[in-house]
Amino acid sequence: MANGLRAVIDVDGLDEVITRLRVQGFSTIGPTCRDGAIVYDEIEATGELPRGWADDQDAGTYRLVRRDDEALFGYAVGPHSWKQYLHPPGELLFEVRRDGGGFVIEERPEPKSRYAFIGVRACELAAIGVQDRVLVESEHPAGGYSVRRGEAFLLAVDCGEPGGSCFCVSMGTGPGVSSGFDLALTELMSGEHRFLVRVGSDAGAAVLGEVASREATGEDLAEARRVVEMAGARMGRHLDTDGLPVLLAENLEHPRWDDVARRCLTCTNCTLVCPTCFCSTVEDLTTLDGQRAQRWQRWDSCFTLGFSELHGSPVRHSTRGRYRQWLTHKLGTWWEQFGESGCVGCGRCITWCPVGIDMTAEVAALRRPGVDASANPEEVR
Amino acid sequence: MVPTRYRVATKRQELTDTWTLGLEPVDEPLEPWSPGQFNMLWAFGVGEVAISISGSEDDTLLHTVRRVGAGTEAVCALAEGEMLGLRGPFGSRWRTVEARGKDVVILAGGIGLAPLRPAIRQLLLDRGSYGRISILVGARHPEDLLFVEEMSRWAESPGVDVEITVDTASSGWSGHVGVVTSLMDRVEIDGSSVHGFACGPEVMMRFAAKALTDRGVAPTAIDVSLERNMKCAIAQCGHCQLGPTFVCRDGPVLDYATAQPLMMVRER
Amino acid sequence: MKHKSIRELLAEQPFFHDLRDSDLDLLAGCGENAHFRAGETIFGTGEPADYFYLIRTGRVSLDIHAPGRADIVISTLGPDEVLGASWLIPPYHWNFDAIAREETGAIRLDATCLRGKCEDDPALGYRLMKSFAQVIVDRLQRVRLQLLDVYGTPAARANG
Repeated sequence: MANGLRAVIDVDGLDEVITRLRVQGFSTIGPTCRDGAIVYDEIEATGELPRGWADDQDAGTYRLVRRDDEALFGYAVGPHSWKQYLHPPGELLFEVRRDGGGFVIEERPEPKSRYAFIGVRACELAAIGVQDRVLVESEHPAGGYSVRRGEAFLLAVDCGEPGGSCFCVSMGTGPGVSSGFDLALTELMSGEHRFLVRVGSDAGAAVLGEVASREATGEDLAEARRVVEMAGARMGRHLDTDGLPVLLAENLEHPRWDDVARRCLTCTNCTLVCPTCFCSTVEDLTTLDGQRAQRWQRWDSCFTLGFSELHGSPVRHSTRGRYRQWLTHKLGTWWEQFGESGCVGCGRCITWCPVGIDMTAEVAALRRPGVDASANPEEVR
Repeated sequence: MVPTRYRVATKRQELTDTWTLGLEPVDEPLEPWSPGQFNMLWAFGVGEVAISISGSEDDTLLHTVRRVGAGTEAVCALAEGEMLGLRGPFGSRWRTVEARGKDVVILAGGIGLAPLRPAIRQLLLDRGSYGRISILVGARHPEDLLFVEEMSRWAESPGVDVEITVDTASSGWSGHVGVVTSLMDRVEIDGSSVHGFACGPEVMMRFAAKALTDRGVAPTAIDVSLERNMKCAIAQCGHCQLGPTFVCRDGPVLDYATAQPLMMVRER
Repeated sequence: MKHKSIRELLAEQPFFHDLRDSDLDLLAGCGENAHFRAGETIFGTGEPADYFYLIRTGRVSLDIHAPGRADIVISTLGPDEVLGASWLIPPYHWNFDAIAREETGAIRLDATCLRGKCEDDPALGYRLMKSFAQVIVDRLQRVRLQLLDVYGTPAARANG
């Protein structure tokens, strides 16, 4: 086992890594610029990576900006996360056809792809782990997810450029990658543009073995440490997690929920961009002749009115109830359910909220004793 | 998430809007079940509904279904011989084993008697293990009472009281009129040695649990069965969450000490 | 078997547990045994509420009748329950019919006599009112629960 092996490759070496993965039959998925954002899509070479781009992020704000270097991974995270490949927005569960008075359940199609994910951040590795706890480490492992997850090759990258919404340090998930990868890179820009590569699995070692590399020097290792240290010191945000589950459980009637409910549009953006949100619903489709039916699993969000529907009306009918459910689950009850936080500190929910609701600010407000949030006369209706 | 095929072997209309379907396996049967657990019933092309198991006969599983929406309507429309998909059994069971050696008080409201029926059958089969058994049943009207013949058989067992009440009745009804909790006044119990089971609409269960705790029954010795929106039944879709609880996996049967704080918070 | 005195029977009633021995002595003077056959009307709507009852055995229904629809049973009462509160409040008339649904035994307390004793002894009146208030609040809560119609068909229809 070559785990822990450190080597250095250049950009051509990374291209070679991608090629080797494709030769092995992986769909190589990585970051690329599209529609003014860095999104994940199938890529074949480093030329498709967001070379020289960074992302300027804040609550409700996302802009691509030019870097003054040619870094391939010089951004934080975009709106996409790997869950759209592992736990896709729509997944066929089974198909059925009529057969006389009954029906026959047909075998599910095999999951389409073996994925190799290029450029997985530490927060995203943590998020994949969080979804594993829900969907794999269960009495009834989710079939499709488990297969795709088991076959996925994870090429992680230490974060050197945290965004304005990031708080992975608060959540203990980043910015450096520590485990759970096949290969991990640290992009080094001083001097020669190169990558320190760490091996995390036999599969990773096998790929690296086929690529031209050199041994890492003490200088490479020191610079990699510095990159991660500097990133850790430049977090855009901070979340005080001390006693958080208890704080939330004890403040279910805090006036702040009314305050945030006046801003929240229940648009579901935060749950869609969140790399750990796993909620889904099911949808039945039938052909017009009624002979065939399909059952699909689709992403759902606790912000929709129908999510908690019981006997024709929702349990959580107000925005207040739905925002409270999301936040108390993500940061609180998740601990009781899965022994960890449901938040990895990636900041997507803050950036992609159209009205800029910032969960770190909401938690800070909940820490203040409950004063009437409507005290601001301008907000009184 | 792929169901197992079952066929409607028997269908019995219980009430104007409620049927009991006896389902027999077409392929390999599902795993053995316990009273309190539920199955997901899938009607071809329409959808899946969570329905408690209301009894069984050999390999035939009984589900008593009230027609309240598109899913249950499709299930209730199935004729004998027709096929449906089943997944299960899911969820927690009534703590009948833990109640051994105690008196038992059962409060059932409306369709809530259906999930309790297999528990009651189990108690009566193991009659010697329990003290007095009081079965208190409420319904909206006399014509909404489930399992009337079976209830009169239960009442014939030694040491078993069956008391029935309805919320409103015309004067032709000679039984009790009043909410099901009012029947508690008719039960002589020593709260410290009672196990309570309650099933019905959530408001009714809250009052049922209060009636029991008022009589000295510990919240930890009361079982209630909760209902929430369920899609996957395996704690992966998120719909049935109630605080930290996945009602599909940790429930539907919860002890009242656990359930009470969850039930008391609006929109939880 | 010796017949119990009204005083002894009153002392057995849970409803009177908070009253003093001296109160029960006074009340016993206003009480008498009453028996009703199944189907017998105990009191009728609009009649003067000159009594209230403590049911010892049997079952009584409170009914309301309206033209064009069957008589409606509002509630039924059984052993150890109090029948009748209208004697407390002017104009002292019954608002429902009380019908024995089974052979019913009760203690009938003379309300005119009681009202007099309560006026003479406000402390007794207060203790008696407290006992009644508990029963009335309890009944009110039950009626609210009945009003919720918890077993009714959900108005909106959806997936369920």
